[in-house]
Amino acid sequence: MSVILEATDLTRYYTVKRGMLAKPLSLKALAGATFSVEAGKTLAVVGESGCGKSTLARVLTMIENETSGTLTIDGHRVNGANKDELKALRSTVQIVFQNPYSSLNPRQKVGAIIEEPLIVNTTMSPAEREAKVKEMMALVGLRPEHFQRYPHMFSGGQRQRIAIARALILNPKVLVLDEPVSALDISIQAQVLNLLADLQERLGLTYVFISHDLAVVRHVADTVMIMYLGKPVEIAAAGQVFTSPQHPYTKALLSATPVADPTKRGARIKLIGELPSPFNPPQGCAFNPRCSYVRDVCRQVSPAMIKSTVNEVACHGVQEGWVT
Amino acid sequence: MSLLELKNLTVTFATSAGAFKAVDGVDLNVDPGEVVAIVGESGSGKSVAMLAVMGLLPKTATVTADVMRFGGHDLLTMPAVNKRKIIGREMAMIFQEPISSLNPCFNVEFQIGETLKTHLGMGKADRRKKIISLLEQVGIPEPERRLSAYPHQLSGGMSQRVMIAMAIACGPKMLIADEPTTALDVTIQAQILDLLVDLRKATGMGLVLITHDMGVVAETAGRVVVQYAGQQIERQSVLELFAHPRHPYTSALLSALPDNAKGGRLPSIPGMVPGLLDRPKGCLFNPRCAKANDICRETVPPRQNAAMGEALCHYPVTYAEDSK
Repeated sequence: MSVILEATDLTRYYTVKRGMLAKPLSLKALAGATFSVEAGKTLAVVGESGCGKSTLARVLTMIENETSGTLTIDGHRVNGANKDELKALRSTVQIVFQNPYSSLNPRQKVGAIIEEPLIVNTTMSPAEREAKVKEMMALVGLRPEHFQRYPHMFSGGQRQRIAIARALILNPKVLVLDEPVSALDISIQAQVLNLLADLQERLGLTYVFISHDLAVVRHVADTVMIMYLGKPVEIAAAGQVFTSPQHPYTKALLSATPVADPTKRGARIKLIGELPSPFNPPQGCAFNPRCSYVRDVCRQVSPAMIKSTVNEVACHGVQEGWVT
Repeated sequence: MSLLELKNLTVTFATSAGAFKAVDGVDLNVDPGEVVAIVGESGSGKSVAMLAVMGLLPKTATVTADVMRFGGHDLLTMPAVNKRKIIGREMAMIFQEPISSLNPCFNVEFQIGETLKTHLGMGKADRRKKIISLLEQVGIPEPERRLSAYPHQLSGGMSQRVMIAMAIACGPKMLIADEPTTALDVTIQAQILDLLVDLRKATGMGLVLITHDMGVVAETAGRVVVQYAGQQIERQSVLELFAHPRHPYTSALLSALPDNAKGGRLPSIPGMVPGLLDRPKGCLFNPRCAKANDICRETVPPRQNAAMGEALCHYPVTYAEDSK
């Protein structure tokens, strides 16, 4: 299998000014992520708000530049690429946003929304563009008569189909899906998830699926990356993560997720407190203030991502064998 | 005697396109100490029904009911002045977006204190003591320091705790929680749900939980009401609902959950919830129902008996165990 997306120590810092005299603060939204995705597979990125998953999406789609580290897409390095190469790379990676109510221009017709990337990136004639748009609309399950309609005439699920059509019109190889179904109702969510699975099969797409919903992730992912405060804490095959999670945070996250089965009401691992502020991350392991296994080493040394048995885990306890 | 008693509650909105029945013949009994979940997709009228009980609907809404009683008071005939003495004191409500339901201009002490002053006429020193104990009760660390905090200084989970503190300030007999955890992260959601369940145990209040998340229902509820397009289409105990859903919609909804998926595709429900202008004749679910026949398309379905989950359906789902 070929690797299509590879990130090494990818970081993204934001500088926040605090007035004239105070020193500007650096916010480490993405504090070093190393991972790779194989072509045709789905990597799910899971974490709570503020863990850097959307920042990761913005860096992967080249909406923002990385602060340090390297990102390689389809064999090309992103940093150091010239303007033309970047333009080509940008059409290789496309994104679908979370909320289809705000990601579509209400003043553009559906046809025009889906067509726009073609105008910018190709030299197709208007007739060719229209044909291509109609073909794409059929592919995502929109009817030809929808071409002349405005987004407000569509429901959430159909709008998400429009957003998917727009993302796919340039034949990308990688699709970044930033919480694509979390704004949708259950019955519609199933329709969109099925569509995404069909498209992946038919077009050989690679997905980076960002979500906080573990039930959805379990259904779509091949590999899962759990993030906490800007860093991956565990990367593993989907089956592994759900059957034998290693990192204490992964365990807590899994046990906190309500299961749709009243006979399985069980004791949850209770996490105390909330995500620490990224301006002032705790020393050592970012998870140490909420971790029940915490030892002195966790408060001093930040654990490295090490491949133990099958999962890649960043935890002293797992590596030294005192977290089981 | 039940705490809340609703019979045939109907809410109609006057819109420019005509009258729109958002809630259609809802019956509900809530006993003290009980958790009743109301589940449905967006537009199913689950929030509107409870807003009608709280008297929080705009003037364009017409509320009618055969019976609408709370704790021995008849809410239909009661003058508004007396109603205001009950609402906020004996029944309280918390909302989905904690950040937007708090007033950004006032600090925590003022906002919680307002309820205590209005309903219980407490003096300033007493109020402060009571607020500190309330904040402790909902699990806010360092409550004395939080008194002067403004909503923007609180995280989502903290704001929701403040909302809960405000709602339980006067020791209500019934708490309505409208999607209390939808805007929160999974680990925080688990904390808030535990808090609500513990409060119910400690105070014996009735809890009405409005949600679209079947996982939350399975974890917390005793009885479940499923709403679709304004109607209650099924009413069952939580164990029975998940084991033997009777209405085809409930059954389809449960199998559309990624939790229950077997294999690559999710069984989805085609189409979407009918809107104002496309209400079908007969059963409201018939255009999306796999089992619908001519009777479903013509005749309004009857309410089945309790063994059939009080389903609003001509042909409720039967199971092999039924004959035993």
